[in-house]
Amino acid sequence: MSKTHVKMTINGDEVEALAEPRTLLIHFLREELGLTGPHIGCDTSHCGACTIDLDGKSVKSCTIFVGQAQNAEITTIEGIAHPDGTLHALQEAFRQHHGLQCGFCTPGMITRAYRLLQENPNPTEEEIRYGISGNLCRCTGYQNIVKAIQVAAEELSVKEAAQ
Amino acid sequence: MIPGSFDYHRPSTIDEAIGLLASHVGDALILAGGHSLIPMMKLRMATPEHLIDIQDIYDLSAISIGADQIDIGATVTQAQLIHSEELADCCPILRETSLQIADPQIRNLGTIGGNVANGDPGNDMPAIMQLLDADYVLQGPDGTRTVKARAYYEAAYFTARSENEILTSIRFAKPPAGHGSSYHKQKRKIGDYATAAAAVMLEVSNGSCTSASIAMTNLADTPLWAEAAANALIGSALDADAIAAAVAAARAITNPASDGRGPAEYRTHLAGIMVKRAIETAHARAG
Ligand SMILES: Cc1cc2nc3c(=O)[nH]c(=O)nc-3n(C[C@H](O)[C@H](O)[C@H](O)COP(=O)(O)OP(=O)(O)OC[C@H]3O[C@@H](n4cnc5c(N)ncnc54)[C@H](O)[C@@H]3O)c2cc1C
Ligand code: FES
Ligand code: FES
Repeated sequence: MSKTHVKMTINGDEVEALAEPRTLLIHFLREELGLTGPHIGCDTSHCGACTIDLDGKSVKSCTIFVGQAQNAEITTIEGIAHPDGTLHALQEAFRQHHGLQCGFCTPGMITRAYRLLQENPNPTEEEIRYGISGNLCRCTGYQNIVKAIQVAAEELSVKEAAQ
Repeated sequence: MIPGSFDYHRPSTIDEAIGLLASHVGDALILAGGHSLIPMMKLRMATPEHLIDIQDIYDLSAISIGADQIDIGATVTQAQLIHSEELADCCPILRETSLQIADPQIRNLGTIGGNVANGDPGNDMPAIMQLLDADYVLQGPDGTRTVKARAYYEAAYFTARSENEILTSIRFAKPPAGHGSSYHKQKRKIGDYATAAAAVMLEVSNGSCTSASIAMTNLADTPLWAEAAANALIGSALDADAIAAAVAAARAITNPASDGRGPAEYRTHLAGIMVKRAIETAHARAG
């Protein structure tokens, strides 16, 4: 079985590589590119720890073959902070409001919340809970995750208004 | 879990895809959103030697709403079904059902074609297609044919589609204005398949039910179209007696498995409750 040539943009950088077609996107990111932010929690498309942003949509990278992402524009947790290294409002809010304990689910949570706030900049608590329903956390009980996303949403809309 | 090896193909036309299927019959599978197939491949329950990714085929990707007919391309995702305002206006049950499938990430990739094509009794859309009396358009080397959704499912994972055919679209008559519909699904958690689910669509005129259709998910090894249950409603005032008759007729055709979602008796009992709630919601929405 021949390798396929894959090309995509990841966190603003163009990436080209040869990969076996059966390579899952999460393995390509973590093992080929060293982007170990997206985690493998369940490997069965349930937990959302592997969530990335692909062409403006949240997806679970454990259930995508690398070839399916040909020419895609991808953002992982590594690409969420600002270029100068300061944290994104969501990252800051998770830190301030204790939106994590062990931190295993956090990259997926933040990457999902990043897209959720673009789909719906002023979500209600219920909309946040529904919006992150594909991301499981075994530690926090979700309370502080939801709070952090609410705070980040307010922060971002204040910034937007100021501009 | 690592899937077996395969060659990856990414055609940009239906003809090219059919040609690829024909040259590898028995060894090739269509890859749509991959959210049923890739889990099966990880478990090595599916070991195709060729995967034909249909995401680039433009002709499979549209929702077309005509005066009398709705046509949905095979690669339309559950997220697209949710976001189409026009579709939600004329056939709201598709949005209501899509919102009860899996979770936001999975709905961004899972397609309606993949959901109805493979004959997984847990999938929700096949019951909706029973409800709507949809036609499935299948295209193969010998041309195009249509199969009624109500005749498509033979057993779990066995369908009327032959290995060299692609499901290209789903067609159904636009539901009449003023109809009421609802999908009630009992599941253990978000992202779970149904323990029991029921879809109802009906019309009411001067207090009396003039048409009705009922279908159920995951209560047998195929989706169920509950014709007798719907007939129990037609001509009635959708009163308690008529609903009880419909519930009894619906329960009578269920044959669920006893599994992690509960014993068969429980799931049959629940099926009746889902039917009752779906009738009541559809009734409240009609008019
Ligand atoms: C965690 C999880 C939870 C889920 N929960 C639900 C749920 O609650 N309800 C529900 O309905 N679904 C659920 N799903 C399934 C999900 O909706 C799938 O995405 C969908 O059923 C299949 O669509 P797909 O595009 O991913 O198909 P794929 O996985 O790409 O394909 C599925 C099968 O259909 C064949 N196929 C696909 N498209 C075509 C075509 N056009 N012509 C011929 N053959 C084709 C493929 O060869 C394959 O055998 C869940 C999935 C996961 C991973
Ligand atoms: S690792 Fe992908 S969803 Fe859990
Ligand atoms: S913080 Fe531990 S899993 Fe979420």
